[in-house]
Formats: sequence, structure tokens, C-alpha cells
Amino acid sequence: MIYSVVGYYALILGLISGSILVYFSVQNFRNSEILDTKILSLSFLQLFFVVVSFFGLVLSFVVSDFSNETVFNNSHTTKPLFYKITGTWGNHEGSLLLWLLVLTLFIFIFLLRTNNQTIKYKTLTTIFQQIIIIGFFIFLLKTSNPFNYLFPIPEEGLGLNPILQDPALAIHPPILYLGYVGSSIIFSSALAATTLKMVSGSWATHIKKWTLISWIFLTLGILLGSIWAYYELGWGGFWFWDPVENVSLMPWLALTTLLHCILVLEKKTFLSSWVIILSIATFTLSMCGTFLVRSGILNSVHTFANDPERGLFILIFLFVLIFMSLFIFFFFHKDNQKNSINLFWLSKESAIILNNWFMMYFLSVVLIGTVYPIFLDVISSEKISVGPPFYHKLIIPFLIPFLIAMAIGPQLKWIKSNLESKKTLIILLFVSILISYLVVKNFDKNLLINTILISSAFYLFFITVRDFFKKKFNNVSQNIAHFGFSLLILGILLNNLLSSEVITNLKIGESYENSKIKITLEDIKQRDEKNYNSVVANFKIISSNGKINKMSPELRIYNQPNIVTSEADIKTTLMKDKFIVINLVQNQEYFNVRYQDKPLMLWIWVSVLLLSMGGILSFFKKRV
Amino acid sequence: MYGRKVKLRFLFVSTILLILILTVFLVLKSLEENVVYFQSPSEIKSLTELTNNKIRVGGMVKKNSISMNSDEVNFIITDFKNEINVTYSGAVPNLFEEGKGVVAEGVLKDRNFFSATKILAKHDENYMPPEVKAALEGN
Repeated sequence: MIYSVVGYYALILGLISGSILVYFSVQNFRNSEILDTKILSLSFLQLFFVVVSFFGLVLSFVVSDFSNETVFNNSHTTKPLFYKITGTWGNHEGSLLLWLLVLTLFIFIFLLRTNNQTIKYKTLTTIFQQIIIIGFFIFLLKTSNPFNYLFPIPEEGLGLNPILQDPALAIHPPILYLGYVGSSIIFSSALAATTLKMVSGSWATHIKKWTLISWIFLTLGILLGSIWAYYELGWGGFWFWDPVENVSLMPWLALTTLLHCILVLEKKTFLSSWVIILSIATFTLSMCGTFLVRSGILNSVHTFANDPERGLFILIFLFVLIFMSLFIFFFFHKDNQKNSINLFWLSKESAIILNNWFMMYFLSVVLIGTVYPIFLDVISSEKISVGPPFYHKLIIPFLIPFLIAMAIGPQLKWIKSNLESKKTLIILLFVSILISYLVVKNFDKNLLINTILISSAFYLFFITVRDFFKKKFNNVSQNIAHFGFSLLILGILLNNLLSSEVITNLKIGESYENSKIKITLEDIKQRDEKNYNSVVANFKIISSNGKINKMSPELRIYNQPNIVTSEADIKTTLMKDKFIVINLVQNQEYFNVRYQDKPLMLWIWVSVLLLSMGGILSFFKKRV
Repeated sequence: MYGRKVKLRFLFVSTILLILILTVFLVLKSLEENVVYFQSPSEIKSLTELTNNKIRVGGMVKKNSISMNSDEVNFIITDFKNEINVTYSGAVPNLFEEGKGVVAEGVLKDRNFFSATKILAKHDENYMPPEVKAALEGN
């Protein structure tokens, strides 16, 4: 109980210190010879209060203090300690507190580590950031207080949704939030820089680090969520174009584009409008994601409680931020026309601009697919959903020029260049087409489009490999990131092409057989654990080449809350994953069995790691 | 008449415009083709014509209606006014239960039979798809 009380008052103190901070920042902004030490110490104090509040909630969870409503709704005494702790952010209130923690942490680090920028800029960024922080403080205290008191105190909690009790998902929210919230700093400083008319090369260098941090964490956060969905949800895939996935993809696309624009701004001092708009867009899209997910408009595991008041608050807050930033952009921003006129079509700049337009196209497709059903529901109360075919149809054709441009682009030089070593580029193109044709020709479906697609992915693959050995670690971060992306696309395409699936219903002792595989359900074993009972089914799987595999997927019946989850059994090898998951339908003797051969799954995960590795290398690279 | 530069710029702008229009057209067309409508059993009963488009049907799984064999699962979706028979061969989500809400995606055979290709997963026991809720409340 004491922890909740401390946590609550710490939150209020945090809000107060935020308001005082704004006051001093404004004062300091007016007469700014030196940075007021009060600003730094107040920012630290605010961070301290939020940390105290956060640990107050964590401790309430650890000691299972059910007088706290959040703990009561989301915890249970029999839950393992690890999931008691991670359950802190496995709910609406706690996750917002985490969001606030990251917000205050980032502005503190920003103030501490930004040395070569003007005082005015630092204070103004602080003011913008505090507007966001105070908004979230009020949101938290008013609509989603994590420290609500319950009386009489319940004996036992309601428990955490078992599909959230998972190591990957335990760290997924913090990592993702570092990405989402990291973009708030980009947002605030872009607004500050626009107001002060200091969007320039040196500012780009300074903000690049923040963009990279945000991008790396967002990439890793999405990866973790995707891996979790793959093994826990039992759908046997890694991306479903689910609205909740889309809202994390949209900021990622904006952020990736921003990253490329900043490179141009850093070197050539143009594309400044792009940089500002994208900085604003990234954070706004992150906020939009929060709004859509938290308001209960989208349905998913992230929808903790549907409360219209919360949605309304975020929506208003979002509009205020968008309005404010657009006002600042149109009022203060003057594009530097001088540089942008002389643009030769074959140069690094135009390649990056081309990249921007492609990315913006992908972003709009995802945005339309995500928002259109909501929009239609509001205006005509017609209920629809937009499925994967929509995205595939619109994105895949554009992927081909995108991949080829991505291969050629880095070969070009700034300002004006000729394409060097054309011969090698053309030879590599033919090699890629040949290889893809040999891969695809065994499958009669969509021979032409698949060959072209896979060859453009192979093309990027070969060119990045060649560059890696040729350029001698000149721009290794870009090289690795692009290589990772080619591997990702190759992995996804080949996985899509080569996957096979068997779905059948089996009784104990029965088998399913086709020309390729024989699946036998040998027996089942039951086991009792502390917070769930489990049913393990033992399967014998004989492939056409005579190889025998034993696999044991599991069903878990959790006691609190009473939920059944399927634990897939996955055998991962370098080239292929074997995936099996079972389910029971009540009062039926049959087990519903889903078996899948998923080639190159490991490569997909590794490729995303490589992609973020590129970002990490770039972050630690010394300026040349 | 006009300089080379003006002509070039005109060409550039018109190309961009053309691409833009084409893209918008492509997006709208694709949206139209790939949208899946949601209907309740009662709405299906009152349909005037049946199409081969994919739709979603939502409601409750009727008590004692699930039956299974080695290839498929059969059950009845009801909104307590009308009901529809569903045949499904595929993976069943964890929380598929009699007396609970369900959303099935597939094609209508006729007004009484629905062939599902997907049953949507729900994530917790209290959750009811809003479409189902609306369908049940609407009656």
C-alpha cells in the first residue's frame, strides 16, 4: 500500500516540477547567456520522481498489493516473480508510466549530452518536450491512474493474460517504447530548430544520433513483437498486416526516410523541409499508434481496457501537437532555395529523394489500409476489414524498382556522378535473374512476377556483398543495413514461396498422410504446474526422405485467468523451421493440428538484426 | 517558342502528375477489391443476391453445435435471431468455444451455409469483437 501512495505523490511532484521547469525555461530563453543550472536539476528531479513512481508500481506488483487496482486487475500471487515484474508494463496504466519514464529520461540525457548547440535551442527543445511530458502526466493522472485504491482489499488478483507471460514480450514494450518515445526528442528539437531557423548541417549531425537511437530500438522492438507472434499466437507467420502491427510499421517507415534525409541535410544542406516534416510525422505517427491501440478502436492483445475518455484525450492532445507543429513549420520555416535547384538526376541526392518518395508511398498504403476501415465505420457504420491482399498488391510491384534503386543508389556520388563499372552491375543483374529463375521455375505459381521480384532482391544482395569486399569498410554501416534489408526481402519472398502447411484433426493414435509427410499423434501426457496445467501431445513426423522427427506441442490451461494457450513446438535449423501447434475444441476427442514447414525463418530474424546492426555501427562511428 | 528548360520542366511536372493520378487510382481500385465486409446472420438472411466475395460473419457459437471430423469443424453461428451453418477446415484458435463470440471469414454457399477459410483469434476471455457486440445489440 505504502508503495502505491509514494508512487502517486511522486507522480504529482513530477507534474509540478514539469510546470516549474517550463517556467524557468521560458525565463532562460529570454535572457540566455548561460544555461540555467536550475533547468538541468529540475529535469533530473522530474526524472527522479518518475523513477520513484515507476518503482512504486513495480514493488506493488512484486508484493502483490491488491489494494492497488492496477495490480488487482493484472496480477496474481501464483505468478512467477519475473512475470510479476514485467506485468508492470503489461497493462494500460503501467505501460503509460513506462512511456513517461522514457520521455523524462530522454530529455534529461538530451540536456546532459548536448554540448555544441546554443542555449536558446536547448531551452526551447526542453519547453516543447515538457509540453508533451505534461500532457502525458495529466493523461495518466486523470484517465489512467496506475495507483487507484481499492477497498475492501481483494484477496486475490485477476491475473495477467497468459499469452503475455513470455520472455520476448516482457522486454518488447520497453524496447519499442525507447523507439517510439525517442522520436519525441526528434520532434521537439526539430520544432526548436525550425523556430530558431537553425536547421543546418551541424544540426543534422547532432540530431542524427537521436534518430539512430530511436530507429535501432524501434527496429528491435518490432522484431521482438514479430518473433513473439510467430511462436506464441500459433498462426505460424511473422507479419499479418494487422492494424496493430501497421501502427508500429508507419513510424518505422517515416523514421527510416528521415534517417536518409538527415544524411543529405548533413552533407548538402538541403531537404530541410523533408527533415522537419518527417520529424513531426514520426512522433505524430507514434502518438497515433498509441491512440488507435489504447482507445479500443483497434482490437488486439494491446487493447487493455476500452475507455472512450482515454481515446478522446489522446485524440485532442494529438490534434494540439499536430496543429502546433504545422503552425511552427509554416510560420517559421523558409526553405533554402539556393541549393535545391541544381539537382543532377544521377546523383546520391536524387537517389535519396527517389527513396523518399517510395517510402512515402509505402507509408500511405499502410496508413490508408489501417485507417480506412475506421473512417468508414464512423461515417457509414459499415464494418469492413482490409486484408493482406490489399497490401501485397500495392506494395510488391513497387518493391522491384525500389530494390534496384537501393542497389544502384549507394554507388553514386554526391552532386553529379557517372555510374562506374557498369559492366559488373549488368553482369550481376543477369546472374540474379538466372538464379531466381532456377529457384522459381519449380513452382508454377506466378513464374514471371516471382522471378522478377526475387531477382531484384538477389541483385541488391550481390551488390551489397560486392561493395562490402570492394570498398574496404568505407561505409560499412550503410552496407550492412542494405545487405540486411536484401536478406530480409529474400527471406520473406522465399519463405512465402516455399512454405507448406498441413491442417488436420487427429485423435490419439491416428495419423495423417500425404505424398510428402506422415504425421502421427502418438500419445498425450498431462502435467501440473504452479499456475497452469499442461497437455503435451507427442507427434512422430516422417518426411518424404525418411527422416523421423519427434515434436511435442503443448496446451496450457492457466488457472488465473482461466485461459487456454497453445505453445507451439518449433524445430529451428539453418535453412528451415518445422512448426507444429495443437488445439482442443471443447467436448471433442479430436486435436486440431497445424504443421508447417517454414524455410529461412532464422534468416528473417537475422536479417533484421543485421539491419539494426547497421544502425548501431553508424551510431558508434567516429565522424570523418 | 518556349525554351528547352521550360519544356523539360513541363514534361517533368506532367509525368509526376500522371504517376500521382495512376497511384491514387491503383490504391482505390485495390481497396475496393480487397475489402472484406462484416455481416451478421440476420443481415445474410436478408441479402437479395449472393456474391462470391469474401465476407466475415460474426456472432455466437451456438451451444452444442460444434462437431468435428478429421478434415473439418462444423458449427453454427447465431445472433439469437437467425443462424448460419459454418464448415471450416483449418486451424482453430484457442478461445473458440460454444457460447462465446466468434468471427469467421470465408465465402457464402447459400443463405444457410458458410464455408470459412479463417476463424479469427481472440486474445482474452472477456473480449468480444465489437462487430459481434454491435450485431447482437442490433437485434
